[in-house]
Amino acid sequence: MIEAVSEDTILITLAEAIEESLPARIAGLADNIRSAGFPWLVDIVPSYTTLMVVYDPLKIDFRQAVSELRPLVTLENTCKRAPEVKGRLVELPVYYSTETGPDLQRLASECGLECEDIIRKHSAVEYRVHALGFAPGFAFMGQVDPTIAAPRKTSPRKRVPAGSVGIANRQTAVYPQASPGGWQLIGRCPTPLFDQNSLSLLRVGDRVRFKAISREAFLAAGGELTP
Amino acid sequence: MSFLEVVRPGVQSTVQDSGRRGYRHHGLAAGGALDLISYTWANKLLDNPRNAACLEIVLGGFRAIAHGALQVALTGARTRVTVNRQTVDLWQTLNLNDGDELTIDHSTHHRLVYLAVVGGLDAPEQFGSHSVVVREKLEGQGPVQAGDRLMPLQPKRQVPERKVPDHQRPDLDAETVIRLIPGYQYPQFQRADIIRLTTSRYTVGDQSDRMGFRLQGTPLSSPPPGIISEGIALGAVQIPGDGQPIVLLNDCQTIGGYPKPGVVPTMDCALLSQQLPGAQVRFELSDLATVQNQRRLFELHYQHTRWCQTGQELKWL
Repeated sequence: MIEAVSEDTILITLAEAIEESLPARIAGLADNIRSAGFPWLVDIVPSYTTLMVVYDPLKIDFRQAVSELRPLVTLENTCKRAPEVKGRLVELPVYYSTETGPDLQRLASECGLECEDIIRKHSAVEYRVHALGFAPGFAFMGQVDPTIAAPRKTSPRKRVPAGSVGIANRQTAVYPQASPGGWQLIGRCPTPLFDQNSLSLLRVGDRVRFKAISREAFLAAGGELTP
Repeated sequence: MSFLEVVRPGVQSTVQDSGRRGYRHHGLAAGGALDLISYTWANKLLDNPRNAACLEIVLGGFRAIAHGALQVALTGARTRVTVNRQTVDLWQTLNLNDGDELTIDHSTHHRLVYLAVVGGLDAPEQFGSHSVVVREKLEGQGPVQAGDRLMPLQPKRQVPERKVPDHQRPDLDAETVIRLIPGYQYPQFQRADIIRLTTSRYTVGDQSDRMGFRLQGTPLSSPPPGIISEGIALGAVQIPGDGQPIVLLNDCQTIGGYPKPGVVPTMDCALLSQQLPGAQVRFELSDLATVQNQRRLFELHYQHTRWCQTGQELKWL
């Protein structure tokens, strides 16, 4: 489905519900649109089930833009069952602890688990980046094991330290910068998620695996323990 | 070397151009001048490039000293501007001499004043744009501070005296009518709620900033539930659970999951962004072809007109 959003924006919807296969499909479609070299293309914003395309209204109007996008969308729809796009695998080290994850203990007791179980379950799964947003480099990843899923905190923290690893429902994410936030924090990652030069480390469609590391390894990798 | 030295930056003054293109998939906001109309005219007065960087000054309270002779142009909010304590008009070119003191009083009618310098501001470029998004707290992305130097890219260039014709200035005192282009979720709103949205008067809320404007009025009784987060267009109207609309502007986050009956066109976002808390606005339904045509005409006017020798009007080329 391709629809007008505003005078310079179009929304392409690939599915009605979130599916595990979507991030790879959406990333693939975004790549194809980019490599088509449309002179009117301004921005592409992929998300869970959609792709927002921003165009230059001086170069093209809505109808023309849709007619140029349609073949790419149709092609994607017909070959969506084709061999799965693998996506880049990124490993993110995490120092899971009560020191860096102020919600770890409470989350464990609410889930009827030990802290070690939360850590094991969180780092056992390969996640997909479904969307980027909220802040530069903030990647929404899914899906966490249902037994450790927990809603956002009712009252968000005023300051979540950079690198904090959080859970919100069945999503997980790393806060690239210190910011306000309501996710349940279980640890901290020393790897920068956003760099002024190389931009966001993660892209929609990437595969991510978290690896538990020690306090020493966290500090050696440049991690900071400041609250 | 001529430049303006900032003595008092006011509530918040940031460098803005027409925004960042091509980086939203990294989670970076587009940024850019909120009032596209006033920003564009400030540059047009000085024959600057369409995307030249200007200073966006929120609520006035700004003071600067000229070092060397320098041509500037001010547009936007109706507020008292003085050079060496003599009142001067906005919407025209202004020649400053060495040592002149430029002040912009606290603005009580509208929100934003744009200050352009010849050639545009010589400001650092990040991610293909000069626009500063304070909320992202990235290195080098802060508001202007006392002591900062505003350097023009072409300090020696000077254009003849010019004034934006009255009929081409936005009428910021008129009732603010913001058009709404219905989007694909529009049919999911109840008919009574659409009638409320398009017939009520809304008041600009206190918590309105570069991310978005909160409007307060008759709440929509039963907005549809949240959607799966998707890309947000400039001007998108979000209806959160309390039924009060939020019009999302240049610094908003790139994706969001509140339902949206539609989008306010960029030209109308410009008028809205000039309004202070307490101002009245209302929505009016419009269509894509109309607003797309208006936007094109506005851009073509920039590219294909030039100032007459009198400096009082423009001619199509």
